[in-house]
Amino acid sequence: MAKLEILTYPDERLKQVSESVEVFDQALRDFIADLEETMRAGPGGVGIAAPQVGCFQRIAIVDVSSKPKIEHHGRLVLINPEIVEYADFVKGREGCMSVPDYTGNVMRPDRITLEYFDEHGAQHTLQTSGFEARAIQHEMDHLEGLLFLDRLVSRRNDLFRRKVYQ
Amino acid sequence: MAHWYIVSVVGKDRSGIVAHLSSALFENGCDLGEASMMRLGDCFTIMMMVRHDGNTHSLLQVVQPVAESMGLHVHVDKVDAHLHRHLEPDVHITVHGADRPGIVAQVTGALCEAGLNIVNLESDVGGSDAKPIYVMHIDGIATAGVPALESALAIVSKQGVQAKLNPIEIMIA
Repeated sequence: MAKLEILTYPDERLKQVSESVEVFDQALRDFIADLEETMRAGPGGVGIAAPQVGCFQRIAIVDVSSKPKIEHHGRLVLINPEIVEYADFVKGREGCMSVPDYTGNVMRPDRITLEYFDEHGAQHTLQTSGFEARAIQHEMDHLEGLLFLDRLVSRRNDLFRRKVYQ
Repeated sequence: MAHWYIVSVVGKDRSGIVAHLSSALFENGCDLGEASMMRLGDCFTIMMMVRHDGNTHSLLQVVQPVAESMGLHVHVDKVDAHLHRHLEPDVHITVHGADRPGIVAQVTGALCEAGLNIVNLESDVGGSDAKPIYVMHIDGIATAGVPALESALAIVSKQGVQAKLNPIEIMIA
């Protein structure tokens, strides 16, 4: 196991779209072990995606179980994940190990249904919501070459609009 | 040696304030850091970190001519400031109600006693001249815990304003 180097913005490689995983072998599982070690070494990191360490394959890990009082599914290894249903957009604040010293508000669906493969090639369907759903979507954005910076919404005026309706 | 200053600019709003001021600063070798720029009333206000290789007087010489040409007032403070010193707030508090004198003093006074360190506060008056409403957003750090702040807001809410606290969960991934 080895901790990997995390690419940080504005590294152009973070914009690269990742390829689907085709082979579920020991090399894949060894890489996932390194990716997980890298995630857990980060301060407060609850997820990581392979492109953050320069591997452009559709692999992410999410584990929000360290957060108190939330529903979660423990350690999730997500390979070739696809969101098949989503609902209820909500705003939440996000940060990223690839974007140090900055956090911002992002709108995302609060509830998602996800299909993915695990590291042994078994297919799963998962329904989740809240913090875990946000973390999963944040990681899936990395697979598309997107950062939360691409989805920022204003911190201001999110409750009342200035416009007069009459 | 370059040093950080905070430059404050205030005056009647018009288009081009930010572009003209920032061009003057850039052309004279200054760097901008963090900044807050917004329209308050029909004035435009700027507070910005500026890194300048010189003293307060030489920075004023850069900013003042362009500011005065647009009818703006400038103030420059040399500060012991640094980038990458963000504090992450852990609570967001929204307050609204019929506008009246004293809302900010009462709400922030109660929150201060309950351990809130305000990181960011923005407020607006909406509604109409006849029925103005006051809306305030506060991001802060609950140094004495969230329950203390909720107790403080419960008391404030009996004085005619609606106050709601939401913990900020920052998702870092």
